[in-house]
Amino acid sequence: MTHGESDFHPHTLTRLTGAEILWATLVGEGVTEVFGYPGGAILPAYDALRKFPIRHILVRHEQGAAHMADGYARASGKVGVAVATSGPGATNLVTGIATAMMDSIPMVCITGQVASKVLGTDAFQEIDITGITLPVTKHNFLVSRAEEIAPAIRAAFQIAQSGRPGPVLVDITKDAQQATAIFDFAAARPRPYTPHPMLHCTDQRLHQAAEMIRKAERPVILAGHGILQSRAGEQIRSLAERMQIPVGMTLLGLGAFPASHSLNMGMMGMHGESWVNQAIQEADLLIACGMRFDDRVIGTPVTYATKAKKIHIEIDPAEINKNIPVDVALVGDLREVLEQLLPLLPGRDGSAWLRLIEESKGSAAVRDIRNLPDSGHLYAAHVMHDLWRITEGRAIVATDVGQHQMWEAQYYHHDHPRTLITSGGLGTMGFALPAGIGAKFACPDREVWVIAGDGGFQMTACELATIAQEKLKINIAIINNGYLGMVRQWQEFFYERNYQSTPLVSPDFVKLADAHGIRGAAVHTRADVERVVNEARQHDGPFLINFLVEQEDSVYPMIPAGSALHEMIRRPDQNPLIETPQDH
Amino acid sequence: MLHTFVAYVEDKPGVLTRVASLFRRLNINIISLTVGRSERSGYSRMTIVADASDQAGHRIRASLYKLEDVAEVDDISGISAVTRELALIKVAANAENRSGVFELAEVFRARIVDLAPESMMIEITGVESKIEGLIQVLNERENRVLEVCRSGKMTMRRGHHTSRVLRAMGLSTEAPARDDEASEFHSPVDPE
Repeated sequence: MTHGESDFHPHTLTRLTGAEILWATLVGEGVTEVFGYPGGAILPAYDALRKFPIRHILVRHEQGAAHMADGYARASGKVGVAVATSGPGATNLVTGIATAMMDSIPMVCITGQVASKVLGTDAFQEIDITGITLPVTKHNFLVSRAEEIAPAIRAAFQIAQSGRPGPVLVDITKDAQQATAIFDFAAARPRPYTPHPMLHCTDQRLHQAAEMIRKAERPVILAGHGILQSRAGEQIRSLAERMQIPVGMTLLGLGAFPASHSLNMGMMGMHGESWVNQAIQEADLLIACGMRFDDRVIGTPVTYATKAKKIHIEIDPAEINKNIPVDVALVGDLREVLEQLLPLLPGRDGSAWLRLIEESKGSAAVRDIRNLPDSGHLYAAHVMHDLWRITEGRAIVATDVGQHQMWEAQYYHHDHPRTLITSGGLGTMGFALPAGIGAKFACPDREVWVIAGDGGFQMTACELATIAQEKLKINIAIINNGYLGMVRQWQEFFYERNYQSTPLVSPDFVKLADAHGIRGAAVHTRADVERVVNEARQHDGPFLINFLVEQEDSVYPMIPAGSALHEMIRRPDQNPLIETPQDH
Repeated sequence: MLHTFVAYVEDKPGVLTRVASLFRRLNINIISLTVGRSERSGYSRMTIVADASDQAGHRIRASLYKLEDVAEVDDISGISAVTRELALIKVAANAENRSGVFELAEVFRARIVDLAPESMMIEITGVESKIEGLIQVLNERENRVLEVCRSGKMTMRRGHHTSRVLRAMGLSTEAPARDDEASEFHSPVDPE
């Protein structure tokens, strides 16, 4: 590896092989790391890699490569790049691509393809990956000539980042990698980006929206992922503070508006806090910012915020009126729209409404598991709360999918953007470990925690070897309850406790870590949490903690699928597993 | 309801799949889809008729625009436009019952384009109901319908809109664009 030794300049006009053009174009686009796995059809590209200042991270499964590129993009805001060979290498990427698509993550995947002369002959490791990924990419390319590589890669970067971001796949035949062409980085630039023609944010609509905000008595801001994507954190803060509007967060919005801010109510939706969902149901105006009224957020469309007028600020016109009909749509980049909207809003006294919301919290705080005495049981919520406290809320946390993901969202309070890396839309188990690796490469100086359940962790546990090989300082917390917890919870609530196929026997995760040369420890009691977490943080290398938590604990509050937001299952007053509150 | 879209798409491999895949993804059935070259080189023109809920038009159009290969989308559902379909119909006909088919063709302003000892081929253009009318009358006769090949709908807005499309695509337009009032002079009713 001649990392950093190349004196290659992307602007020099030279004849290169397609493989060299690929890397040269990536260098020109600012890529410094790619996550990949070699194989026959991509070998020419791998052969040329040593000439370029790009670090290649060898993954253990291509799904990991896609999630790492995704985590890299989420943590940095830059485009993540994954590389795989043809056939199974390419198909293994698909789950990761779909994950990025559902969460609008800018990512470029490069796959090798069999030589163009055998395309369509069912050649060894040939698969129609552009066909397979058509519905899960923003766009994809099949490139069969060396001349087309640079323009395709550059277009892919533009498409991945522009408008509503998303993944793009470039499939390059082996002969295109081997052939030569003149490389001209500048000439390969794509046509200037044209915004979606249906963006619409007229003065008339802005004034209409401003009028609604000024007149509202019970407004709520719904803060989504779009705030991070358009870097509109400051503008959202101005809107909330100036007009004294409480803010509810979507899962992917967490971190976009500081959790510790007095106007931040917390997360909304299926496992959101009761007062947030109550406030939405009672509101007379919803200002939806960069969110898409996902079904996990609205309960059912007919019962959702029936008293509220709705303003939807969103960059994707196809999202307008998709799930919830809105009164005013400001279709455009969130930051630009807010910058036009803010001058029309002079300020407002919102104290009465804020007081009402505060009162609605009622017994919720007492029911909160954090306020219960240590009963000897270890609850996942305790682990999340302690992790937040010990890391001072400053770590980048990559979570998997399920109960621990919701507990993390509830108890790890994110004050900073891009500190929660989680699969929201697709809900991909096995996401956390590789996404955390990607985040570590994006932010090498940051503390990174991977939090996964015992089920999801095993889906991509092979990437422990990647951590070991790359010598990454990553801390891993396995929330181990011996069940596929969220599925078990649904079985408990909706399937008469028929725990079909959810009890889970796992390997000894500490020994598994040890086999990879990674240190680890198991924690059974709350008293040990702080000590072991600190040991992990201070250890100069990766560290895995196996938290053996209460087995049949459930995530509360919960809105059953198909119910209205206010019809939630509250935290039980008398949980048989928990003693009554005494120390609060 | 039936929605009709006219889309200008880049003329390259895979574009048809992308458009069709979008409708499949949205769980919307395409009733008819015609594709051919347009006045703009490098771009094909599609007329897409799809059966979807009344509110779906906006989302379909917005989603079509999200495809990289789509340059222009016009939703012309319920808008004054000329719509035509071409059909080739082969009927069984011999020397005894041929003349009746000729008469029918004349009534429907269709043409006989092939004549064989046992069959005839009719070419007809018009709106859907006209073509269906001919097929129905043919079925009522002793001339059995052997084959039907229909092109699917082709649609073009009446009047001013064509120049608007040209302008939107950055091409010069010779004739000055008419405003909405001017288009009122065009009969909204199909002369046929």
